[in-house]
Amino acid sequence: MSEPTHEVKLTVNGVPHSVSVPARRLLSDCLRHDVGLTGTHVGCEHGVCGACTVLLDGEPVRSCLLFAVTVDGQSVTTMEGCRSAEGGLGPVQRAFMECHGLQCGFCTPGFVTTITAFLRDNSDPTEEEAREAIGGNLCRCTGYQNIVASVLRAAEILREGAVE
Amino acid sequence: MKPPAFVYHRPGSVAEAVETLAELGADGKVLAGGQSLVPVLNMRLAAPAALVDINRLGAELAFVETTADRVRVGALARHAQTERDEAAFAALPLLRQATRHVAHQTIRNRGTTVGSIVHADPAAELPAVLMLCDGTMELASAGGTRSVLVADFFLGPLESSLSYGELALAATFSLPPPRTGSAWVEVSRRAGDYALCGLGLTVSLDEDGRISRARAAYISVGPTPVLVDLTDAVAGQAHDAADWSAAGALAAGKVDPDEDIHATADYRRHLVGVLTSRAGRAASAHAAKAADR
Ligand SMILES: Cc1cc2nc3c(=O)[nH]c(=O)nc-3n(C[C@H](O)[C@H](O)[C@H](O)COP(=O)(O)OP(=O)(O)OC[C@H]3O[C@@H](n4cnc5c(N)ncnc54)[C@H](O)[C@@H]3O)c2cc1C
Ligand code: FES
Ligand code: FES
Repeated sequence: MSEPTHEVKLTVNGVPHSVSVPARRLLSDCLRHDVGLTGTHVGCEHGVCGACTVLLDGEPVRSCLLFAVTVDGQSVTTMEGCRSAEGGLGPVQRAFMECHGLQCGFCTPGFVTTITAFLRDNSDPTEEEAREAIGGNLCRCTGYQNIVASVLRAAEILREGAVE
Repeated sequence: MKPPAFVYHRPGSVAEAVETLAELGADGKVLAGGQSLVPVLNMRLAAPAALVDINRLGAELAFVETTADRVRVGALARHAQTERDEAAFAALPLLRQATRHVAHQTIRNRGTTVGSIVHADPAAELPAVLMLCDGTMELASAGGTRSVLVADFFLGPLESSLSYGELALAATFSLPPPRTGSAWVEVSRRAGDYALCGLGLTVSLDEDGRISRARAAYISVGPTPVLVDLTDAVAGQAHDAADWSAAGALAAGKVDPDEDIHATADYRRHLVGVLTSRAGRAASAHAAKAADR
């Protein structure tokens, strides 16, 4: 017996997509398998690790705790959408590279999306605010210090960009 | 893991949602923010035949309404909306104080205040806040709407008096008397985790700045939040010199925590005592400030 499917329209990183998925398709799997963007990583699938974090209409959410069908018609920004407009590394990605904010990189997409939204709302965070902002994302490699530094560096890069 | 298959319904109005839930009976389950339900499905701890997604009912249910005597939170107000609402914060600071301890911002962007009350996790913050505020739940079904007092709402761990076919529309929190202060204090292993023990505490002062009433609601130390009246331990004492350790001892005698992999029962009882003192001092300072206004 084949499972019934639903037509779901999503705007992913500004590009409209239409997919046909069963109701139980998680947004994380929809992005990876149906839309074909594997930048969104899947760790725990119960909301704890934060690797799957994407922006839904601009706000960070766990894509592993959403059904694609629920967000039909909405806009999603993934790691791929955090690149610079010219296609190179985006400001947060650049900061991660400069500050060694990643090692294996498994957790990085969730950090990059979370930090992108955070810096949009708070362009000049204190170190404590930076720590709080990434409190819901787990990293098994870096020990976090370099990620905190990356948040502060990304804020700097963004402010420099705003001045130019 | 992946969730089991289910039939998906997406009503466009409360009336349609209630009708669908009535048809489904025991087979139907409401999907709100999904921040508790989807993990349960992903872990295959439950397999409801059908989900009724209420996320399109924002026009009717995404409200936080503050009036002279209450704050009413609609079923589609996300934790983040409740947390940010300035009118609700001014009237009932405890709501923001407690909501800030619910998971992380990312989870709060999606999870709902009402969903977390209906879910009735004994480790969750909002059920305790509703208790401390003598709240009520509005539940709608095909037969009409009923109001359930918080004292009758929580039956056990993950069990509320919501019946099959019912949709929770809103939670109403009563406002405390003037010169009342509040605090939320908890201990968890990592910031954002469910608490090993936590409490909300309210202190009301008389016109001379003496304590006239103190109450606390504790989480993670019983099958439902535990409401303890602390007035006897601190009544008549000056707000800045009250014997909060006596209040802590009183509360520790009223809880019967379980042991689990995170903490022993003794440690949890110890936390009840220590955190009561901490919350008592913070809430009285807050009450003194409220009295100054
Ligand atoms: C990593 C993580 C950490 C968390 N930490 C905390 C924490 O520290 N403290 C805390 O309190 N919570 C925590 N939560 C849970 C979070 O607060 C949820 O948002 C909340 O428990 C449920 O709200 P929801 O809207 O997501 O409900 P859902 O997950 O959609 O639903 C939960 C249950 O309530 C029912 N339900 C929901 N709304 C209605 C309604 N209107 N009418 C009838 N039935 C309804 C559903 O059928 C389901 O049974 C955490 C979640 C995660 C993933
Ligand atoms: S995969 Fe979604 S939070 Fe871990
Ligand atoms: S870089 Fe490996 S988990 Fe974070």
